[in-house]
Amino acid sequence: MPAASDAVAAVKARWAGVTDRASLDHPAINVAASDLLGVLGALKDEHGFDMLVDVSGVDWSVGASPRFTVVYHVFSTGGHDYVRVAADCADSAAPEVPSATGIWPGADWHEREAFDMFGIRFTGHPDLRRILMWDEYPHFPLRKDFPLAGIETPLPDAEVVAETKTGAIAAPMMGGPFVAAPGQINMTEAEPRAKDESWTERRPKPEA
Amino acid sequence: MPVEHAFPDSAARNAQGEFETEKMSLSMGPSHPSTHGVLRLQLELDGEIVTKADPVIGYLHRGDEKIAENMTYNQFVPYTDRLDYLAPLANNMAYAIAVEKLARLEVPARCQAIRVITAEMARISAHLLGLGAFGIDVGAWTVFLYSFTEREKLYKLFEELTGARFTTSYTRIGGVARDVPPGWNDRVLAFCDQFLPLLEEVLDLLTRNRIFVDRTAGIGVISREDAVAYGLTGPNLRACGVPLDLRKDKPYSGYEKYDFDIAVGTKGDAYDRYLVRGEEMRQSVRIIRQAIAGFPEGKWYAEDARRIIAPPKDKVLTSMEELIQNFMIVTEGPQMPAGEVYFEAENPKGALGFYIVSKGGGVPWRLKIRAPSFCNLSILPKVCVGAMVSDVVSILGSLDFVMGECDR
Repeated sequence: MPAASDAVAAVKARWAGVTDRASLDHPAINVAASDLLGVLGALKDEHGFDMLVDVSGVDWSVGASPRFTVVYHVFSTGGHDYVRVAADCADSAAPEVPSATGIWPGADWHEREAFDMFGIRFTGHPDLRRILMWDEYPHFPLRKDFPLAGIETPLPDAEVVAETKTGAIAAPMMGGPFVAAPGQINMTEAEPRAKDESWTERRPKPEA
Repeated sequence: MPVEHAFPDSAARNAQGEFETEKMSLSMGPSHPSTHGVLRLQLELDGEIVTKADPVIGYLHRGDEKIAENMTYNQFVPYTDRLDYLAPLANNMAYAIAVEKLARLEVPARCQAIRVITAEMARISAHLLGLGAFGIDVGAWTVFLYSFTEREKLYKLFEELTGARFTTSYTRIGGVARDVPPGWNDRVLAFCDQFLPLLEEVLDLLTRNRIFVDRTAGIGVISREDAVAYGLTGPNLRACGVPLDLRKDKPYSGYEKYDFDIAVGTKGDAYDRYLVRGEEMRQSVRIIRQAIAGFPEGKWYAEDARRIIAPPKDKVLTSMEELIQNFMIVTEGPQMPAGEVYFEAENPKGALGFYIVSKGGGVPWRLKIRAPSFCNLSILPKVCVGAMVSDVVSILGSLDFVMGECDR
């Protein structure tokens, strides 16, 4: 069974647009969305990477270009090696890549999840619906512009909303152990309790 | 797999003009005893035979990946407990090793051995619950009572080691929270000694039980090719005849030092999945015994990474340098290099993977959790078609999933 690095070299020799991707562990390549299915198919059929273990969307932040990348991890059950394949979505406003469901039926749920969380469309997917959130949910929660606390959203059933007058509300974040964005941590802003200056030993915390 | 009906299906009967029938839609779950949590199956039935199954998941979605992007690497450890909450020690270890790969950190042999022992104990505990719940699903109550008695003993040992019975949060990045207490290893060995005969007794209740075999043998057959194509891992994959076990094939945490066998099935049906889990518990006991027999001396945490590992508490209270180090790690998180890693560990339910994208600093830019239960359930629409409704219960029990991990 050929090693992962041989497979990557063979793929790079065949597709001019395939480049090395920085990685701390497994061999990794960048692939144009147009070559994606060809590369994944070749890895599966010619190099023995017969298992798609993971499909993951990545949002590189709101202004970034390309903003969205889809990362595939394929595994060889004979050679016991991984290859990471990353495809950038050219259009940041309407990100899309071709669907790998024709190569691995197991890609179905992974791609539905990436669509659900990032709004990345997988063209050719037979049944691209939300999987973790409910079908009517209007947002894409793992995008970087979606707040951690969530956004208040009505529940899908109008009758339930009319009866209960409730919806999915944003989470209360007071006292949460959360920090701000990486690299820009400002403790005073990140720690809600620190902002409450009236609460000291000399001046007790006022009634809420 | 072609569907073989004992009787002509409804369309054929309608064509013959005997009587009019129609397909029925049945929502199974999300609170149904056999769906083990909050899985919902939207079934389309032709009489008693399933013609279409659409799993509806997400009822337990808590946004773990979003939460991970907003806290430091250390703070996320307790959240990994709540993925597969039947084996938190194994989840902790998988997450810790993924982050240690990112940090290029080697943990000492003693820490590796402790992690292996706890992960295998977690595997026994998780398989015991899977076995007991599977038994209940197909009408064998007694197994559950025995297996929960054994789990209770394991929980006592977990509590002694970690301070918690259920959500242990024992592993730290670069080590474990504390060394094993004196005499704990002997108590684990004593547990193993009394557990093996009892395990045989429990398995004997099922292995040749006529009702159990009738309800599982030949039910929910998954072919080798399908299992690989759908990304099944763990006992569910091995029951289909694929001898893939990351503990052997991609050894981590010193698994290459231990002598154990991989249980592999032949038919890929619910009965094979049961047999594989039973055998895995025996093998886990073998691993635990070897790990304790060669239990290394030394530290239970890596000492050399000052920007990653919090110093011991007694030093923090007495030494200025350690105090600053502790303060920086607590406030800004352990400082990681930029880069991408993907690590999978062989958990009780299958390969639990963490894909971490780091831009440096103490917070992951993206942390993707590859949940084995999620992938194992994705084959349901294929495997349920052609089964009876009562077989669906058997299939779900044999797949042994946890929704906390599936929905994240």
